[in-house]
Amino acid sequence: MIRTQTLILLFSCVFLFPHSISSAQAEKTESKFAPAPPDVSAGKRMFERHCALCHGIDGRGGRGPNLNRAKLFHAPDDAALKAIIFEGIVPEMPEGWFFTEEEISNIAAYVRSLGKIPAEPLPGEAARGGTVFTRNSCSRCHLFAGAGFAYGPDLTGLAERRSPAYVRNAISAPAEHLPEGFLLVRAITSSGRTIEGIRMNEDTFTIQIKDASRTFHSLRKQDLRDLQKLRGQSPMPPYKTILSPTELDDLIAYLFSARGLQ
Amino acid sequence: MKLLKLVALSAALSSAAAAQVPFERILNADKEPGNWLSYSRNLQGQRFSPLIEINSSNVGNLKVQWALQFPTPNNEVSPIVVDNIMYLTGPNSAMAVDARTGRILWTWKRAIPSDYHNIGFGRVNRGPAVLDDKLFVTTLDCYLVALDLRSGAELWASKVGEYKAGYSMTVAPLAIDGKIVVGVSGGEAGIRGFVDAYDAKTGKQAWRFWTIPGPGKPGHDTWSGDAWKTGGGSTWVTGAYDPELKLVYWGVGNPGPDWNGDVRPGDNLYTCSLLALDADTGHLRWFFQFTPHETHDWDAAHVPILFDAKIKGRERQLIANANRNAFYYVLDRVTGEFIAGRPYAKQTWARGLDAKGHPIVSPDSEPSEKGSLVWPNANGATVWFSPSYSPQTSLFYVAVREIGSVYFKRPAEYKEGTYYAGGGEDELPADDASGEIRALDPATGELRWEFKLHSPPWAGVLSTAGGLVFSGSDEGNFYALDARTGKPLWDFQTGGNIKANPISFSVDGHQRVAISSNQVLYVFGL
Repeated sequence: MIRTQTLILLFSCVFLFPHSISSAQAEKTESKFAPAPPDVSAGKRMFERHCALCHGIDGRGGRGPNLNRAKLFHAPDDAALKAIIFEGIVPEMPEGWFFTEEEISNIAAYVRSLGKIPAEPLPGEAARGGTVFTRNSCSRCHLFAGAGFAYGPDLTGLAERRSPAYVRNAISAPAEHLPEGFLLVRAITSSGRTIEGIRMNEDTFTIQIKDASRTFHSLRKQDLRDLQKLRGQSPMPPYKTILSPTELDDLIAYLFSARGLQ
Repeated sequence: MKLLKLVALSAALSSAAAAQVPFERILNADKEPGNWLSYSRNLQGQRFSPLIEINSSNVGNLKVQWALQFPTPNNEVSPIVVDNIMYLTGPNSAMAVDARTGRILWTWKRAIPSDYHNIGFGRVNRGPAVLDDKLFVTTLDCYLVALDLRSGAELWASKVGEYKAGYSMTVAPLAIDGKIVVGVSGGEAGIRGFVDAYDAKTGKQAWRFWTIPGPGKPGHDTWSGDAWKTGGGSTWVTGAYDPELKLVYWGVGNPGPDWNGDVRPGDNLYTCSLLALDADTGHLRWFFQFTPHETHDWDAAHVPILFDAKIKGRERQLIANANRNAFYYVLDRVTGEFIAGRPYAKQTWARGLDAKGHPIVSPDSEPSEKGSLVWPNANGATVWFSPSYSPQTSLFYVAVREIGSVYFKRPAEYKEGTYYAGGGEDELPADDASGEIRALDPATGELRWEFKLHSPPWAGVLSTAGGLVFSGSDEGNFYALDARTGKPLWDFQTGGNIKANPISFSVDGHQRVAISSNQVLYVFGL
């Protein structure tokens, strides 16, 4: 439960969604769309109106994931992509049943055009990167491929969601490249107790926090003496001062080598 | 069920001579505070309940009395309650519910055409209207339908607009003496908007006022070429009515296309304006344009609130509007004269208002190719959900959205029945946004208190004579504040995002408060 909620916050929209659009459903949806040459520029206009709010005006992401990627986690093929545009992703992405089939084809074609960017080279060596990962105790705060502890973001399947450039920035200077929705908070209770950790959820009256020991705290705001939102802060140190450029290359190669495991 | 039908039948027979809800009941709504007879409870648009059982000393004990699951999600309905029966609407649907128990008495549905498309909004309906023995419901395929109050049987259906051309309806109708006034959605589809009135008995159109004036009409010269034909000016939020002046007040939406004003030079009347229309003829008595040549999708489609107050020592008949453009306006409701205006939320598009209430527009606030950062965002500092006015506290309450956006301008090409928007926006990240309930001095717009919300809200405000203000949050909190101070007194997690207006009514002498939260209607009581 704790893990699930954290994931919602840390990677909102990106990969929490259960695989409810099975390939069978996707095929069924696909059959509804008559073949017609898609109009990419018309798709771009629709994208700007409906999708840019979350995915950015150029599809580079924001509240929703970056779409400038050859492979989309929820949309391995065009049928699945069209199905997602039509049905949405509960609860993160609104459905687009109001689009015509032609419009969905156009939007899908535009989204695919965003993915036609050359793959970034991975100069490092994955095996050496594994050593870097272990030596720096990354798993004390991160799950990766089923092992480790979930305080910071789960790194499993990272390659499907993020670009190597993004991951390089996030490791080098985490506080300057926080994932959307990530927030470190410090709550001071009326009895003077300090609770610091990652915000799992929040509404107007309550806040849910996971501290570094991965203990979950449910707090009512009116019971707090102070609630500090530590914007732009991360419990993770900037590894640009810890790792050599080669070690960083190797670590990224290791994290991206897991692509085949997914 | 059989028994219920018999009860309904005998009630119908016994009142065959006298209508159940004659206009006099709506006119004198304060005489029966236990009912909620029109969208905003009274014709003045105030969304204030005179009920006092639930008050600031006992609201902490509020509990769910019953809940109702809707057949479809994202409900935005503001219910009507008449004599222990609650009337609800959804997309192309309506139902009557026992207000004591939440059990359904009848349902009505109209098929949504398979080629119908929503352009710029969801499949929702914001509520019904009641008059005489009929319930009035608008539909997505743009019909106004009259149902028999006791059975849900369809009595007439009048086509208001052509859905294939982008006209649609989500609005709760406004019942005035003998007429049902409605507006249309379609501001992102390049429609030419209008306000319509229909004869409540027959469904025959009584009058139409085009919100984009045609050739030869005053205001037509604020458009160039054929731009007026696709000029927008939707009318998708319920207005208010002054029964003595016999004026219908109705807000008008954005010009089309939304974010690209190049194709429509001029002030683009009567978009982003408040209209005062003669209830008998639909003729324009006066108008006030809040945002001339608007380019941020800041519709002036709001529930206007009628109230009286002393201005410079003289009692005036006033109308207030907390506008999507982040300014609060007070006008004389007899003449339309600008009385006062000031921002009630963060805005960066205007340096202020001049003596006549016209905005002094800041440079670089227009949408652009590379993007222009402007507050508020396209959903505005507030939007369709209702504000409230309490005659008890003499305060105007509004749910405020504090969020900016980067606005982009893109080419716009009109094709009937499709999007005609001309751009888009990048909202600022969630942690840079917030929400508030603000209490304003209604005569000046000065801030009296505010209550901070975690995020920009989508729920309207109800004030009550129990000294309370009720509203909801996007994270599902339904809550009560002290109407004088804004202090939080009670909250309940509904589990769904709240995008609706609260109401209050009573059953068996006990006060209830109702709110729709996504797919559930909750009814609370002590």
